[in-house]
Amino acid sequence: MKKLVKGNIALCEGAIAAGLQCYFGYPITPQNEVPSYFSRKMIELGKVFIQAESEIAAANMVLGAAVTGKRAMTSSSSPGISLKQEAISYMAGMEVPALIVNVQRGGPGLGNIAGSQSDYFQAVKGGGHGDYKIIVTSPNCVQEMYEMAYDAFDLAESYRTPVMILADGIVGQMMEPVDFNKSDKKDFVEQDWILNGAKNRESRSVKSLLMKDGALEQHNIQLQEKYKKITENEVRYESYLTEDANIIMVAYGISSRIAKSAVKLARKNGIKAGLLRPKTLWPFPSDAINSIAKPGVKFLVVELNHGQMLEDVKLAVNGKTNIKFLGKAGGGLVTEQGILKKLQNEM
Amino acid sequence: MEKILSKPKSLKDTTFSYCPGCGHGIIHRLVAECIDELDVREKTIAVAPVGCAVFAYDYFNFDVTEAPHGRPPAVATGIKRTNPDKFVFTYQGDGDIAAIGMAETIHAANRGENITIIFVNNANYGMTGGQMAPTTLLGQVTETTPFGRDTKREGYPIKLCELLSTLEGTTYLERVAVYNPQNVINAKKAIKKAFQCQIDSKGFSLVEVISNCPVDWGMTPLDSIKWVEETFIKSFPIGVIKDKLI
Repeated sequence: MKKLVKGNIALCEGAIAAGLQCYFGYPITPQNEVPSYFSRKMIELGKVFIQAESEIAAANMVLGAAVTGKRAMTSSSSPGISLKQEAISYMAGMEVPALIVNVQRGGPGLGNIAGSQSDYFQAVKGGGHGDYKIIVTSPNCVQEMYEMAYDAFDLAESYRTPVMILADGIVGQMMEPVDFNKSDKKDFVEQDWILNGAKNRESRSVKSLLMKDGALEQHNIQLQEKYKKITENEVRYESYLTEDANIIMVAYGISSRIAKSAVKLARKNGIKAGLLRPKTLWPFPSDAINSIAKPGVKFLVVELNHGQMLEDVKLAVNGKTNIKFLGKAGGGLVTEQGILKKLQNEM
Repeated sequence: MEKILSKPKSLKDTTFSYCPGCGHGIIHRLVAECIDELDVREKTIAVAPVGCAVFAYDYFNFDVTEAPHGRPPAVATGIKRTNPDKFVFTYQGDGDIAAIGMAETIHAANRGENITIIFVNNANYGMTGGQMAPTTLLGQVTETTPFGRDTKREGYPIKLCELLSTLEGTTYLERVAVYNPQNVINAKKAIKKAFQCQIDSKGFSLVEVISNCPVDWGMTPLDSIKWVEETFIKSFPIGVIKDKLI
């Protein structure tokens, strides 16, 4: 049976079903439902909840729990995610699996509390210092808030990497019926790197500091090999009426919901529109986009910012055809009618 | 011939990279001896800082994780709350704990986290070449206080133990030194007591160890001993600052 819940609550339930053992958070709108919900639920379940003194501390508590092999998570919204970047860079370097959720709001700076997609670059291009990537998934409905939270730990643990769910204020706040259809996961399987006390084995350390000649270079090469493997295996996207389309939209998160409605509206108005929706923003579905890019088929990128994913679409299309952009930043939304007008102008 | 003294099991069989006359080697040994004597080596998860002791995991023979600069108390919180059966301590310098990490320190202490902090105070940033620390003494010349620390420009040395003693969440706080044998013996007693405090689940314990840094102080090791005795511990008096265990 489906239950009507907010995106932020579905996210919590997905993480709990995935065997979340601890949550560390800090208040910031529009993700406040997450720490509030966990503050009761985790304690009732006999698990760990801490309201940290800052987003910095919360992310470092995640790091501490995760090096011992516990399923750990933190969440925040844009300005708070900036503060977590220090720990995220360390976790990427130390190869520690964890879940970080960004329920994006408008920026830059303190911005506003309306939903936005202006943290795309920060999420997919590294975010913190150093040459690293983290897996970034993008839910566009409340059901996916649940499912992506559930799946995040498998991804994180199989590749020993932080995973980010890049949601937005609208997906976080809106209510939709959710099928809580996942069964509880088994505990983290003990692996040969976690810190759990040097009993009947050599002592271990988990670190990103590699000072010996060539050691850091080797570490970076190994990280890049891992990223290549992730790129080969973990790209997720949804295609909607792209086969016969002569204009294909690329949109993710809440924008993709509006774009999908606009596809239907456009087709009623005689425009053969389609939609490609990346569900993973890193790794990005570059090959999928490249394979449908051909002369005569235009692309329209729709985002709630002034053109961030646009750059990745341009790289994927690689000059094979024209790419247009429709965006809105600062908390506003694009509309079906607005997209239709843009499609009509372009065709 | 009978072997009467050997390296603690909690120390790896390797050479310290610390400078001549530095206190870290002594403090590492005291920590290792206490962990051996309390028989907690196999359940220890330590947190290394950023600073001179950043290589702690190369010297300690138990599990050690890295932490970003100043964040060990938050990292230790994450470890201990999810592993209450493990023995968790952080090893931090003055810049790590009382400048960049002050928020993490105060809040871990205030929550009464059942962890131990070994705080090495040598009145400067040793690893980066001797800049002013929050504990640099008034008038002390460092790389970034070439005219001496001046209250008008740089404010006052922070006495962390006294500051933390005002928080109800703290259980045991003591300041010790390692510049002569008597003080080394006392330092070991304090570290052992702080560790026992955690083993008995009595809450937050911290030992501040006044340590010599002759190279960055621009002194010979012998002069640095004299400076600790005549100047440093006059500003940072050694002794028990708070003890709720009594």
